[in-house]
Amino acid sequence: MITTFPKGGIHPPEDKFSAGSPIRELPLPKTVTIPICQHLGAPSEPLVKKGDKVKTGQIIAKSSGFVSANIHSSVTGTVARIDKAMDSSGYRRDAIFINTEEDVWQEGIDTGSNLVKTIHSGREEIIQKTLEAGIVGLGGATFPSHIKLSVPKGKKVDVLIINGIECEPCLTSDHRLMLEKGEEIMIGIRLIMTALGVSRAVIGIENNKKDAISHLGSLARDYQGIEVQALRVKYPQGAEKQLIKAIINREVPSGKLPVEVGAVVHNVGTAFAVYEAIQKNKPLIERVVTVTGKDLARPSNLLVRIGTPVSELIEAAGGLPENTGKIVNGGPMMGKALNSLDVPVTKGTSGILVIPDKESFRKPVVNCIRCAKCVSICPMGLQPYLLRAASEYKKWDIVENEHAMDCMECGSCSYICPSGIPLLDYIKLGKATVSKIIRTRKQ
Amino acid sequence: MSDVIINSIIIVSAMGLAAALILFVVAKKFHVVEDPRIEQVEEELPAANCGGCGYPGCRAFAEALVNSDDISELNCPVSSNEAMGKIASILGKEIGEKEPLVAVVRCGGTPDHRPKTNIYDGASSCTIESSLYTGESGCPYGCLGLGECVEACSFDAIHMNPETMLPEVVDDLCTACNACVKACPRGIIELRKKNKKDRKIYVSCINQEKGGVARKNCKVACIGCGKCVKVCPYEAITLENNLAYIDPYKCRLCRKCAPECPTNAILEINFPVKKKQEAAAG
Repeated sequence: MITTFPKGGIHPPEDKFSAGSPIRELPLPKTVTIPICQHLGAPSEPLVKKGDKVKTGQIIAKSSGFVSANIHSSVTGTVARIDKAMDSSGYRRDAIFINTEEDVWQEGIDTGSNLVKTIHSGREEIIQKTLEAGIVGLGGATFPSHIKLSVPKGKKVDVLIINGIECEPCLTSDHRLMLEKGEEIMIGIRLIMTALGVSRAVIGIENNKKDAISHLGSLARDYQGIEVQALRVKYPQGAEKQLIKAIINREVPSGKLPVEVGAVVHNVGTAFAVYEAIQKNKPLIERVVTVTGKDLARPSNLLVRIGTPVSELIEAAGGLPENTGKIVNGGPMMGKALNSLDVPVTKGTSGILVIPDKESFRKPVVNCIRCAKCVSICPMGLQPYLLRAASEYKKWDIVENEHAMDCMECGSCSYICPSGIPLLDYIKLGKATVSKIIRTRKQ
Repeated sequence: MSDVIINSIIIVSAMGLAAALILFVVAKKFHVVEDPRIEQVEEELPAANCGGCGYPGCRAFAEALVNSDDISELNCPVSSNEAMGKIASILGKEIGEKEPLVAVVRCGGTPDHRPKTNIYDGASSCTIESSLYTGESGCPYGCLGLGECVEACSFDAIHMNPETMLPEVVDDLCTACNACVKACPRGIIELRKKNKKDRKIYVSCINQEKGGVARKNCKVACIGCGKCVKVCPYEAITLENNLAYIDPYKCRLCRKCAPECPTNAILEINFPVKKKQEAAAG
């Protein structure tokens, strides 16, 4: 049976131009810029200094806290400098610059394409290796994965949900990964299941990826406990809480984590990265990035080393079209417009979207007409129009009481608003302020 | 017939008397003794309720003034020294002499100096723009130009200049209430000592990036070269994080630093034209 989540949701045009193009490996860039904070949480501490020689896969920055992740060199070469580099918001943050030389991998990494099926690792070893490999949630939130692999004391998890939804329009990297690395993903899921101690895993895939559903479905016959669930297309189905509701019909309480209802969600990309880390000893140094756009010559799915500048990706996809108005890091719904093409690919970059001139501007803002479209489509059941007004007039108590902190910033409200009001911008401001207020209250 | 009228009069009068009695007792019993001076002090305060003193409104500040023994630390930034002196004489307490301050906008990034690199068309709020992006130029420290400081001002003392796209302070109207300083998400506005004839010398930049990067994004950025630090005879200028800062309490307005600055980031305002320049011009 095809299911979906019940509350809200929208249907933006899918525009998956690159769905048919197989994953290509991008040639090594001349230099890479590896930011020391590519994950949610504390920035990592650099372990190298200027002039150091590094090998591909060598650790160059160490996790600096519980919520933090290791960072590895994605190329072989010399550390040129540790300096500020522009991130996708335009602000400059610390990064390690490496000049590329001939690719030499760190000892002990299996770089072959052979499939390693037998699992030797136990629970502790899988979690430890995931931590060492610097794996973070590759769906986009970049939350360190090792934390999600260890079940907190007193909690019980009975089902693992694998997110193969890719509900963002335009993006196809997870889709291609499922088609081309299906077997690896299955073994990765097995590894995650071992770490969590669960016997059931469900892969959720939206019904617009029928080939992926049938491919993984046929593979799943050989893996006991893993099943594939087709879901009706609706944005934002890839959001953790919506996905849990859609697949196992459990509702995560406000302000709580999925583990509360006995579920853990991981992305297919993360499952693949876990496979590589444990079976091949390979840290997270590359990822699949969709480079797409209406007027782009060759919309592609590229296997890219972390730290590669965005300009090289666009070059590989046929070069920047002349009518480009905006380049977005991520999907069209939640992505961020880039300030410069020198911004590097990070662990959280799922796509690069080139938007033509005409479509890159927002609608002019007019008054709210109280149509309540934002209320009916909000997948979290919030009232975006009210949150916006409360944020604009700095009524932070109302923002908090109306559960702004439950907002996952999917952008459906800004998308649907007929008055062109940037609802999400205001809600983000409200969330940031309220979380600051909550933090000071706790102290 | 007359009975009805008389009865009514008696009953209503009795009710009125009873109610008056209750009101009288309650008023006596729950009488709040309020210092009459609070009223007097409040009358002297500007009634702008700007919150610049740190209290929620002028009434609360008046109460604080009356109730504390030592009021030398309490200060209304808006009232003049005379008005505060009057309050001190009402209360018979010593008031601290305050130095007049004025808000200064420390950014010189006009469109000529700071070319646009991208367009922001999101919500019209500096705080939101600052949390999402560096703004429309490459400078992550500069003014965003959406005027949150203008909205924050209760005294109409700060305006956006449409040509420079920067806010400008009207010195005579500015009361140094601190509202614009708090409103600016980038911390560009600073309260500085008010000098004679509104003269000012300050570094009109807060960019802490390395010189080359700062210069690339804005022609009048402080590049942290330190020339002004060397030339200052009073040790008023410090260089920290690639940014020079002139301490208004050490600076004696000698004007030696401004001509040294290679990027013209140090501004001299309301000074007479220098004699040398006059001679050169003449």
